[in-house]
Amino acid sequence: MFEAIAFYLFAFLTIVMFFITVTTAQALYALTSLAAGMIFISAFFFILGADFLGAVQIVVYSGAVMALYAFGMMFFDTTRDVKEKKGNSLIIFGLSTLAAFLVVVIFVAPMVTDNITAFYPIIEGVGNTQEVGVVLFTKYLIPFEVAAVMLLVAMVAGIVLAGKKMDLSLTEMSDAEIRDMREEKNKKVLS
Amino acid sequence: MEMAYLIETIIKIVIVMLVFSALAGIGTYFERKILAFMQRRLGPMNVGPYGVLQFGADAIKLFTKEDIVPTNVVAPVFKIAPVITAATAFIAAAAIPFLPSFTIFGYEVHPIIADINIGILYILGIMGVGLYGPLLGGMASANKFALLSAARGAAVFISYEVVTGLSILAPIMMVGSLSLIDFNEYQAGGITSWMVWTQPVAFILFWIAAFAETGRTPFHLIANDHEIIDGFGTEYSGMRWGLFFIGEYANMFFISFMIPILFLGGYGDGSFLGALALLGKMSFFFFFFLWTRAAWPDVRPDQLMMLCWKILMPVAVLNILVTAIVMM
Repeated sequence: MFEAIAFYLFAFLTIVMFFITVTTAQALYALTSLAAGMIFISAFFFILGADFLGAVQIVVYSGAVMALYAFGMMFFDTTRDVKEKKGNSLIIFGLSTLAAFLVVVIFVAPMVTDNITAFYPIIEGVGNTQEVGVVLFTKYLIPFEVAAVMLLVAMVAGIVLAGKKMDLSLTEMSDAEIRDMREEKNKKVLS
Repeated sequence: MEMAYLIETIIKIVIVMLVFSALAGIGTYFERKILAFMQRRLGPMNVGPYGVLQFGADAIKLFTKEDIVPTNVVAPVFKIAPVITAATAFIAAAAIPFLPSFTIFGYEVHPIIADINIGILYILGIMGVGLYGPLLGGMASANKFALLSAARGAAVFISYEVVTGLSILAPIMMVGSLSLIDFNEYQAGGITSWMVWTQPVAFILFWIAAFAETGRTPFHLIANDHEIIDGFGTEYSGMRWGLFFIGEYANMFFISFMIPILFLGGYGDGSFLGALALLGKMSFFFFFFLWTRAAWPDVRPDQLMMLCWKILMPVAVLNILVTAIVMM
């Protein structure tokens, strides 16, 4: 009984939160409801007994949305409405409904046609973390390692892109040095 | 059995809520008194003997003060931000074993609300969500200083999370479990089996990250004292502001419970003395938070980020490597 109540409660909350994310014109509302929706999703993992994935969902997405907040802070006045350029709302509405319908069909069709059986059923008495680890390092080892390499590539690229003049620190330079640097920059711009 | 379990859980939740909200109030008294003694002052003296009733007076003031929501703020987000800080602090407490299990009227009580097998990950994740309170509060109040404080909050969050996670990974590898009760049992063999002797580096790193996690001096960046105003709390008044404080102090207490359970043997073999020892260790770590505030200045945001990313994170990774090699 509790599982059903919790499922419907969190399903409702998640859908409402993501609906706000999509429809609102204000960056702060969108970000906040996105974060809330991501955290509410973790409830489904907890209901299904996948505690590890639930906690990881909270840790990963709270951090990821926090980075989005930082971008929002830099690009918008987050307390004001953003003027959105809206195209033909009928086309947008129709296409998004179709896409949502297709996604539901893709996931529901195999469930309706035959009974779904787990490839790796839960072993009684073994911790959640260990089970995830075993699957990750046997069946899904190559995707896991490829993802790790891709993240490494992304990190190197990010450092290269953002790392210009990282050795300079305005707070540790004396006023004269800063003035010299500015003059040099102006010279470059002028010439 | 189902019903008994339900009633027991609800009673435990109510007790934890009541005890720690009261402790958060009394914590402010301890903080003022200890800071005062370290600075050769008397601190609160007028309300009650030695000012012990000061927190009651504060509570009356906070509860009855007018609740102001300024004109230009984003009202829904502004109102929910303090609730996030206070609520997540208490949600995180669900997986902390506060005392060893004991028998009362022939009924065995486990003083932990939910013994989930990923306790540490859960607690750290929820405590991380707690930083959304200052962030949202700062961004929603139409105030540039509050916004600056929110930006610093995001910087702190992104920096310390990595260090906490990596520092705790080496002890987790040794214990082989993410449950705080398993951690306690691993160290139950007395003082020599404490985790701090085998993982001193992880202990220090986790302790430093705890200061960033609770936003205490020397990492008190989210409410920067140098600007004389209260950072994200500038536009708040009354109990909304008070909720931020309850969340901060409750977090300090919960982290002070976690450090001893993870590294210093917890409640040991579960005897009465062990329980007292856990409370003693908790008090020391809480006192250390206040002691640091009296003794140390704040660091700048760029210094905090440099410390976290360039020093603590490589040390934590090295610690994991060494632990893994030794374990093999």
